Amino acid sequence: MPIRAKIAAFLGAAAAFALLPLFQPPAFYESLLYLVFFWVALATSWAILSGFSGYFSFGHGAFYGAGVYTTAAVASRFDIPLVLTWLASGLVASLLGIAIGAVIFRLRRLRGELFALLTLAVTFVIATIVLNTRIDGGPGVFLSGVKLPDIFGRQSSTIYLLGVVIAFASLATAWFVQYSRLGRGLFAISDDEDVAEVMGVPTYRYKLMALGLSCFLAGVAGGIHAVFVTYVTISETFSVVVPVSVVLMSVLGGARHWLGPALGAAFITLLNYAFVGGEWAVIGRAIIGAILILVILFLPHGIAGFVAQRWRRLRPAAVSEPPASSGARPPIAAPTAVPKPAQGGVLLRCEDVQLAFRGVRALAGVTLDVRQGEILGIVGPNGSGKSTLVNAISGYYRPDAGRILFGGTNLVTLPAHRIAELGLARTYQIPRPCQRLTVTENVALAGMFGAAALDRPAALSEARHWLDFVGLGERAASLPAQLNLHQRKFLELARALASRPRLVMLDEVLSGLTPTEIAGAVALIREIRQQGATVIFIEHNMRAVLELTERLVVLNYGQVIAEGLPRDVVRQPDVIKAYLGTAHV
Amino acid sequence: MPSATLLGQSILSGLFIGGLYALMGLGLSLAWGYLKLINLAHLAFAFLAAYVTYQFVGYAGLSPPVALLIVVPAFFLLGVALQALYTRFAVGEFASLLVTFGIAVIVESLIQYFWTADFRKLQIEHGTASLRIGTLFVPVIEALMLLVAATLSLATWAWLRFTYLGKAMRASAENPEIAAAFGIDPRRLALLMSGIGTAYAGVAGVFIALTSTLFPAQIFAWVGVVFAVVILGGLGNPLGVLAAGLAIGVSESVTMAVTEPTWAPLVAFTLLILVLILRPGRI
Repeated sequence: MPIRAKIAAFLGAAAAFALLPLFQPPAFYESLLYLVFFWVALATSWAILSGFSGYFSFGHGAFYGAGVYTTAAVASRFDIPLVLTWLASGLVASLLGIAIGAVIFRLRRLRGELFALLTLAVTFVIATIVLNTRIDGGPGVFLSGVKLPDIFGRQSSTIYLLGVVIAFASLATAWFVQYSRLGRGLFAISDDEDVAEVMGVPTYRYKLMALGLSCFLAGVAGGIHAVFVTYVTISETFSVVVPVSVVLMSVLGGARHWLGPALGAAFITLLNYAFVGGEWAVIGRAIIGAILILVILFLPHGIAGFVAQRWRRLRPAAVSEPPASSGARPPIAAPTAVPKPAQGGVLLRCEDVQLAFRGVRALAGVTLDVRQGEILGIVGPNGSGKSTLVNAISGYYRPDAGRILFGGTNLVTLPAHRIAELGLARTYQIPRPCQRLTVTENVALAGMFGAAALDRPAALSEARHWLDFVGLGERAASLPAQLNLHQRKFLELARALASRPRLVMLDEVLSGLTPTEIAGAVALIREIRQQGATVIFIEHNMRAVLELTERLVVLNYGQVIAEGLPRDVVRQPDVIKAYLGTAHV
Repeated sequence: MPSATLLGQSILSGLFIGGLYALMGLGLSLAWGYLKLINLAHLAFAFLAAYVTYQFVGYAGLSPPVALLIVVPAFFLLGVALQALYTRFAVGEFASLLVTFGIAVIVESLIQYFWTADFRKLQIEHGTASLRIGTLFVPVIEALMLLVAATLSLATWAWLRFTYLGKAMRASAENPEIAAAFGIDPRRLALLMSGIGTAYAGVAGVFIALTSTLFPAQIFAWVGVVFAVVILGGLGNPLGVLAAGLAIGVSESVTMAVTEPTWAPLVAFTLLILVLILRPGRI
């Protein structure tokens, strides 16, 4: 379905629901549908951060509650338009979320589980503060004096319409985010945050932005709900019902798709309704708990994920069909906008770079130059600091001392995503693709960030181009797990190239490949250099090194022990002693 | 500023409640540290044990030690059975959070179904007996609870550190494949560990029944504090759990004495958040 038809269908659905009160349904059904939409809004807003980035928040109740109490505090005291009050609810929740996120996301080794528990803890802190201050003070807040305008002649219709508005606003936001640069970044974070950052995704900022959006929508939904329930209390507002429900709904529906949480929300709310009243309410809760368990055990990707999986399996041909535009592609030699550099100038300079891990000196003062347009080989025994150097240059590690200058900019103090934006890209020795994104999406992601920073359509066509270039065109719709090692290594390469780097660092791309595959790879690397990129080539395969590189640096114990023309370097006695060894024939 | 007696009394009661935190956190910490399971159902099990004890002692007329003898083995078996389930479905660290959340919700509903949402308090003979030391009152059951918490923490620590099984457990937690290659069966160890952890929930439950008023909704209210204790104590570290439990218990009750009781929940989380930010390597 083309995108316009999808948008038309979306707006049509919103309009159809909005016009429902014209048929004067019983007020009871309006309230029930309001509840469905309320939960759709909460679950969808939750998924914008948690579903997409994989950081499951158990603190959605805190942000929703902040919205509830902002509206309660304002509307019960002042006579200002409710719309403004709800806006205030959203802003308060959003600021609260960003403030908390700004602290929590700074923890470098924050893991998903820890984030979940910290956000749950935050809920209790906020509840305690609200309980002990004049915002609530203990007895709860009555909002019975708050009057809504009667749209379609009834209060219940007005509330219902508000539910429709916030639900569709949340859905539209989630939909937009999912395919935007922000969303792509979040998906990359959920698969491998370190790789995402090195590819150029500003992970910290993106997580905060997603949290801010997510909390804003939850806050507005809370503000509307406060008016709906008319009496708000601490125990109801900050109970675990909200976080449990949104997690359950999203996981059930599929948290990685904008429509998934809404499916789950509708299902669970209607199921809950089926068990209203007395003992049934208790049993209904137990059934919901049981559904959560069964879904995690049997449908880990939710309904949306399950459908997508089936879809992919049923129609592999349709998905991997090459796009119509591919025939009009320019030849491989001229796709990137990188100007052909003047050969010879220094592109990257490491000056006395030092890095120690608890006393192990991984880099003991590395000084080397990489010249514009060359292929620089770096060899050395295992543990000599080759990969650490790549990690330091790409910003994953911060050196203890020394400078790394890239076109005059000192990289040492920059976060990894800024370094990627300057035009550095790398591959990983053990390929680290985003496991839950298709091959095309993986490569397009790199094109949307880094030096290229393309918009999505351009990044997708760039991705197809580079996949053809490395010979993975036919596997475009596969998941990385369906590729073999050789293909995954080439996927790494395509991903590095799609960001249009000025400098590519290849960390043992040839290891584990067969001789034929190596020959293909060597030809590819030569091709890359032809197109204007500078290459750092780290490798143990000396034949490939001698064949490809113009200059060679040898590392040992974190220091440069030799540097120069490859043929000369390999004859130096310390290089032979430290790395190559003597032939005993 | 409160008087010295009030301060002393609140430190004392902080130690006792801290003992309960440690008792509740112990099994959780072991499961998280050694089985990579974040067991939100642990607290629900503790309260299930409390209600069962309430039933045994309050209605069936058993004495608390007898209740303990029934509850602890039963919960051991429950833990073993659940671990078998988790292994069968290869439940990972994150999925465990959601699955055990589901279990906790089910247990809470069951409790509410059988015992209703009313407040319940076990009345037993000598239940409120206390010793008087100087100007301070020491309630006997609470003191016993602290003693049990300390003993179990120490015993678990010694078991992990000095016995063959304990060492195998630690090796298996660090690297299951390598440990298996050296002849350790991680599955059976996991069953044992889960059984022990859940049995500890049973012990905690018996003491909860003896010391506290029961109502189903409080299960989730404990989650925050107990997780704070577990994280502060260091995963899989029984002595750390004890120390963290006591520290949080004391700071909470001193806060209550100095300010309003309703501010107490803030203490644990502030401590937790501070530690996480200042020493993020702890977890």
